[in-house]
Amino acid sequence: MTTAGPLTRAWRGVRWYLREWSGEARWDDYLAECAEHGHPPMSRREFERIRSAVAERRAVDRCC
Amino acid sequence: MSTTATVETAGGTTGRRRPPLRSVLIWTAVAAVGAVAWTVLALARGETVSALWILFAALCSYAIAYRFYSRWIARRVLRVDDSRATPAERNADGRDYDITDRRVLFGHHFAAIAGAGPLVGPVLAAQMGYLPGTIWIIVGVIFAGAVQDMTVLFFSMRRNGKSLGQMVREEIGLVGGIAALIAVFAIMIIILAVLALIVVNALAESPWGVFSIALTIPIALFMGIYLRVLRPGRVLEATGIGVALLLAAVIGGGYVEDTPLGDALTLSKEWLVLALVVYGFVASVLPVWLLLTPRDYLSTFMKVGVIVLLAIGLLLARPVLAADAVTDFAKEGNGPVFAGSLFPFVFITIACGALSGFHALISSGTTPKMLAKESHVRLIGYGGMLMESFVAISALIAAVVIDQGLYYAMNAPAGATGGTAETAATFVQGLGFDTSAEDLAAAAAAVQEPSLISRTGGAPTLAVGISNILTDAFGGSLAAFWYHFAIMFEALFILTAVDAGTRVGRFMLQDTVGNVWKRFGDLTWRPGNVIASAVVVALWGSILYLGVTDPLGGVNQLFPLFGIANQLLAAIALLLVTVLLVKHGRARYAWVSGIPLVWDLVVTMTASYQKVFSDDPAVGYFAQRERYADARDAGEVLAPAQDVGQMDQVIRNSTLNGVLQAVFAVLVLVVAVHAVVVVVRALRTRGGVPTTEEPPVPSNLVEPAGLFATAEEKRAMARHDAEQRELTGSRS
Repeated sequence: MTTAGPLTRAWRGVRWYLREWSGEARWDDYLAECAEHGHPPMSRREFERIRSAVAERRAVDRCC
Repeated sequence: MSTTATVETAGGTTGRRRPPLRSVLIWTAVAAVGAVAWTVLALARGETVSALWILFAALCSYAIAYRFYSRWIARRVLRVDDSRATPAERNADGRDYDITDRRVLFGHHFAAIAGAGPLVGPVLAAQMGYLPGTIWIIVGVIFAGAVQDMTVLFFSMRRNGKSLGQMVREEIGLVGGIAALIAVFAIMIIILAVLALIVVNALAESPWGVFSIALTIPIALFMGIYLRVLRPGRVLEATGIGVALLLAAVIGGGYVEDTPLGDALTLSKEWLVLALVVYGFVASVLPVWLLLTPRDYLSTFMKVGVIVLLAIGLLLARPVLAADAVTDFAKEGNGPVFAGSLFPFVFITIACGALSGFHALISSGTTPKMLAKESHVRLIGYGGMLMESFVAISALIAAVVIDQGLYYAMNAPAGATGGTAETAATFVQGLGFDTSAEDLAAAAAAVQEPSLISRTGGAPTLAVGISNILTDAFGGSLAAFWYHFAIMFEALFILTAVDAGTRVGRFMLQDTVGNVWKRFGDLTWRPGNVIASAVVVALWGSILYLGVTDPLGGVNQLFPLFGIANQLLAAIALLLVTVLLVKHGRARYAWVSGIPLVWDLVVTMTASYQKVFSDDPAVGYFAQRERYADARDAGEVLAPAQDVGQMDQVIRNSTLNGVLQAVFAVLVLVVAVHAVVVVVRALRTRGGVPTTEEPPVPSNLVEPAGLFATAEEKRAMARHDAEQRELTGSRS
């Protein structure tokens, strides 16, 4: 992996950024947290419902 | 504590070290390139000048301002302290308060502040020539806009993420607070109306545009259902599909034009107003997961994509400036796009990109609750605004490299151009530009639009500029595709701003009325939501309708109001920052926000005064009213009005605009007078007066301060991680 090294790293960086930015990574964080505390995780569907219920009460800041 | 390493690097408490030779050389080179670029722009007259000089002048100036000025503000003026826990760390609840990686938060913050404003204002201001706009965008952002965003973010962060209105109420007083609240709400309504007006002007009589924009709604709905039901949470997947469908919609638009569907989609401005109002209302009461959130993902990805594409296109196409450095309109104040002289109107027309008061609402909204470290206010507040300024510079370049005859034919109101290629050509020739009816028709045909005459509002002009640049850069005969692609992307995020803004307005209304009628303040109470949304939509919808039907041209009449409103909001934000610097006992640095504040007040108050009291009917709203009222009473009809009904319309609109203008200015003056009283009182008390700043709590986070981690910071982070592991390990 001599030539693919920097490219792979760049791709991983972009992927990490997009997943963090879009909030997709929240699910991974939650799974990790459950594993750490030994809780059984809820389903992804349930998890995303809760997240969008929170978003409902929050204003989306968008400027001109 | 393991945090000492970051305290030293960010707090600057260690002695001054000699900077390494390499960094001295790099910054000297940046300064030299910047100086050369500015010199070329300032001295060039009559010869061909590459637009890249503007780009280099901007980038070098930004780099130096960020490296030196913003660092100095962070260390000396604000004294950011990374040993203090931020609200995100103290209150972390995974909902409102959430520690966020600085680079990710930069993305969130930039997506929130950058909209259509920085794209549209510079296009209109191109009427003054390329130099005034370039200077104001660059100097304005460095000393005013970025300073405002960063300092408001800092003070809100020190107060648990309080909003601008709350901070004004608590730090300047109740009356000032109420004035600020009313001003914020009214300004929001104006902004929504003007943004919607831009979309209407871009889509009227354009079936291709209407087709691709209309399709963004089902595409967003599909993404919403995909994320809710089909594959919950797979945002990147859904956005990928959405972007692909969107591009297909833009391409598909080219084929519907000559079909019966195309005829059905050729909508007048009045129908588009109705469509937008209905859309705005429905979107703001629908659950966010169904429409708003997916649409927001789409528009942000498109926004960033287009900006990157345009920057690459500029470098490849290397266009030449077509506009004069300073036009005669700048000196005479008689330009057809908007009336008024260079001072103060260039500084009003370009708000976003140089100084935008609206950003103060975002810097005191979600962002302060997500900062991991105090030092990040520099990257996110100052850096984010520099990025928006870069967008404004790119838009300015796109407007000053297109054929200037075409520019004026597109941006002068229909009342002046007469609406056809022949009359427009005569009008533009009269202004002293070389063009012909054939040229204007050919330009429209090249982008497959029925006509480009009087397509005011900035969006179509920008789209023509982007289309020219990208066609030059990448070749091929895709001019029409690029044009509609640009229109689609501008309309897409204006619509996102319209539904998000309507929702924010609804929250504000429910919150305010909730103080007297408890039930109404409950955000889960359906009838309350519907009533508040309807009120907000009705308010901006009616101003939009007035603008669209205005015989004098809605953009010509409303854009100054929008710009002044945005800058007045900035005045309130800068007043707050100045008051806080004095209250915190840092009066010797109060000039950092004080100078932009004084400049902004001089500009906005001069502009407000002229718009209200000027004798020139082209500038003063009441002079205009009087002129038309006198004519009507004498039984005359003044062009561009065509009948008595339109005369009444002009009279009604100029009265309303004049009153709104006066009210905004008075509200800001009320806040200013109260602020001066607070400042004088604080100056008389030695050593600062109490504020609502939260007491410090030690931080247990180690994070790099800048965009890239230094070697020292990496070591500190590794050490901290090891210690944490030790601690948790010993506990279990």
